[in-house]
Amino acid sequence: MAEALLRVQALEKRFGGVVATDGVTLEVARGEIHALIGPNGAGKTTLIAQLSGSLAPDAGRIVFDGADITAMPQHDRVRAGLSRSYQITSIFRKFSVRDNLSLAVQARSGSSLAFWRPVAAETALADEAARIAAQVGLGERLDAAAGSLAHAEQRSLEVGLALATNAKLLLLDEPMAGMGPDESQRMIALIQGLRGAVTVLLVEHDMDAVFRLADRISVLVNGAVVATGTPAEIRADAEVRRAYLGDEVPA
Amino acid sequence: MSLILILEQSLNGLQFGLMLFLLAAGLTLVFGIMDMINLAHGSLYMMGAFLAATLVQATGSFALGVLLSIPATAAVGMLLEVSVLRTLYARDHLSQVLATFALILIINELVRMIWGSDMPLSAPAALAGPVQLLPGMPYSSYRLLIIGVGLAVAVLLYFVVAKTRIGMLVRAGASNREMAMAMGVDIRRLFTLVFGFGAALCAIAGAMLGPILAVQVGMGENILILAFVVIVIGGIGSIRGALVGSILVGMVDTMGRAFIPAILREFISPAFAGAIGPALASILIYLIMAGVLVWRPQGLFPARG
Amino acid sequence: MRRVLPLCVLLLAIAFPLAMQAIDQAYYVTMASRILIYGLAATSLNLILGYGGMISFGHAAFVGAGAYAASVMIVEGMTSAWIGWPLAMAVSALLALAIGAISLRTRGVYFIMITLAFAQMIYYLTVSMKAYGGDEGLTLTQRATLGFGLDPHLDLRDDITFYYVVLAILTAALFFVSRLVNARFGRVLQAIRENEPRMEAIGYPTLRYKLIAFVLAGALGGLAGALLAGQNNYVNPGMLHWTESGKLMIMVILGGVGHLYGGVFGAIGLLGLEELLANHKIAWLAALYPNYQQHSLLGVGLAMLAVVLYAPQGIAGIFRRKNHG
Repeated sequence: MAEALLRVQALEKRFGGVVATDGVTLEVARGEIHALIGPNGAGKTTLIAQLSGSLAPDAGRIVFDGADITAMPQHDRVRAGLSRSYQITSIFRKFSVRDNLSLAVQARSGSSLAFWRPVAAETALADEAARIAAQVGLGERLDAAAGSLAHAEQRSLEVGLALATNAKLLLLDEPMAGMGPDESQRMIALIQGLRGAVTVLLVEHDMDAVFRLADRISVLVNGAVVATGTPAEIRADAEVRRAYLGDEVPA
Repeated sequence: MSLILILEQSLNGLQFGLMLFLLAAGLTLVFGIMDMINLAHGSLYMMGAFLAATLVQATGSFALGVLLSIPATAAVGMLLEVSVLRTLYARDHLSQVLATFALILIINELVRMIWGSDMPLSAPAALAGPVQLLPGMPYSSYRLLIIGVGLAVAVLLYFVVAKTRIGMLVRAGASNREMAMAMGVDIRRLFTLVFGFGAALCAIAGAMLGPILAVQVGMGENILILAFVVIVIGGIGSIRGALVGSILVGMVDTMGRAFIPAILREFISPAFAGAIGPALASILIYLIMAGVLVWRPQGLFPARG
Repeated sequence: MRRVLPLCVLLLAIAFPLAMQAIDQAYYVTMASRILIYGLAATSLNLILGYGGMISFGHAAFVGAGAYAASVMIVEGMTSAWIGWPLAMAVSALLALAIGAISLRTRGVYFIMITLAFAQMIYYLTVSMKAYGGDEGLTLTQRATLGFGLDPHLDLRDDITFYYVVLAILTAALFFVSRLVNARFGRVLQAIRENEPRMEAIGYPTLRYKLIAFVLAGALGGLAGALLAGQNNYVNPGMLHWTESGKLMIMVILGGVGHLYGGVFGAIGLLGLEELLANHKIAWLAALYPNYQQHSLLGVGLAMLAVVLYAPQGIAGIFRRKNHG
């Protein structure tokens, strides 16, 4: 198997009396698309928050690309190649689509401690932003204010922002939430296109997408990983069926 | 620095702290429940003092004047809430800060137009003399009254908030406003009542402190900042926090002013100590608040889970 | 059109003192200088409040610190503006660095309170500086000098010369700010105001950028303070009182939050209103209440309240609405 790009060891997080993350141990291999599924309230988003660095775990270790990043602040993790998209859309609503993506590109293209030259003159940023916009299907909407986009378009921009960071590992938190069938197909194709170039940890409820995309699946229940394996193994796992899949298993 | 002096200053600190608690309690409730920063809270304190001074003159009785000033100020407070402040609940904090700051200017000038820049208010003659608390330690009987009133109100407040139905509504609103609304609480009426209650507390503090601190335009601003410091230290929305915070701030402020210059004089020249001492005493309070904000930002007794 | 209008205004501003001299109303020149200086102070606050979204309630501390630094220099015999004014900026910048490093770790109302607290600390410090006037303030024997020595017309003692120097500085500052907000740094700042968590999530160390903006704003505020000290030949702790911070905030919101000229509009609006109420009798108001001019703050307060409640976009917002029909 390819070596692990991300290794999570015994991660724990407690909110008062509630145990959100209960000793999660998980590995994501370089180049794979790894899906994280589980019932609502299992703690998937909390886990993503700890992996991306916006939430500090109470115990455990996170090793990314060979380095222990458990104490590393979020912006440094992005620089190191680990970034996320949000389940609840978090974009720059007053900025245009182009400026949204350009901001993310700017973060990795030299210093932003520039006070003089108008950023609008930097065609390299705008070109890269246009390329990413096309990749997520927003090529025609570059000038639109992000807040005026339709819901599915905003979700695409959401993923686009994460893509624009040029990450090695993308944590995608329910990218297809609220999307119709056509947009979902497009998103599935997009993520499939990332295989090999970018490693993806995908949190999703859309089982069709999960079983089509994932190389491996981990199942999170009550804050702990109860099973990890190939889609076939997960489908066959009796405990997983009982706890989560129920009748939702695709043929 | 005798023990007697220390005891005396501690009592002064307690006295000031308890009055500060009256302001902080109202402020923390308004902030905790309505999520509103109300800088004009100090103006209600000032109104209480001016109304008390007027009513004392009109009735000839200190007790009667002070007692009547309480509902009068509460009425003013509720009027203010219904007319202007209600529109601010939905606005962002910056707008609330600026609008209530504007209200301070407006109320200050209105008071100046109606009453003039200050009004006399003296402690009742019966309490003019000192009381011998310990042999060799006389203490102002009026200040003892203040302590008594402060403790009584604190106990009353505890009783109302912890044991009555309306207190339960208030606590529910403070910890989760949306939930309280979802459960059918008439939130608008509750807000007005809470505001009026806060104004009443301000009136007590203003009337009681008037004889000591002087009833004048602008008396609200200085104590207002201290009240905010108190609720930050104590925890926004928490009455218990307001009590602990007020006593702490009252003590540190009073004892600091009394003793820091003296302590400094042991180490540096008297002139310099006299200059920087009072400043250090004032700065100390803000340092404590800054410390709390950095290490335990939700305060010592956070009301919200 | 957009570039022509400011240029016209600038030309008017340049012609202004000459016109005032012609009609023998030199007083208005000092008043205009004061407005321009406050315009600079409000612009510096607009940088962090308007563009950066940081509600700092202690900005008067930076203005006051600059004023005191410049004044202390003059009192100690160092009268050159070339030393005094940059020093004032440096002092305020350092202060902003120290205060910002701690305060910017907090959010929302806590940030408002902690900036207020620090400003109060500095206020009490200046009150305690008995050597430099303490509570009563410090009167300066002279303004700073530009020290060219050659041409008597560059003597800052002349109010008209002082006005032109202030105008030049304000113009330069506005130009600097206009470049900054359109540059990489400015866009990052505005994006942080829009959605700070996402900025962290795409790789920006947001605290660092906010702190730099805070320091820049402090430095500009300090410069305004130095000019203010020169304008009045007087500094006192009152300049650092939190009510002064409040007035600066009102200017920013009155003029237009996040608009390049918001600070200037606000200064003109607020100070103009104060001046109008205090010094120009309005007949029907006088009939209503004869002494109203002694209570001009009432009118100011009412105007502030009206702006916050009904026109939160400020003066610049009115222009914006006109442009978009």
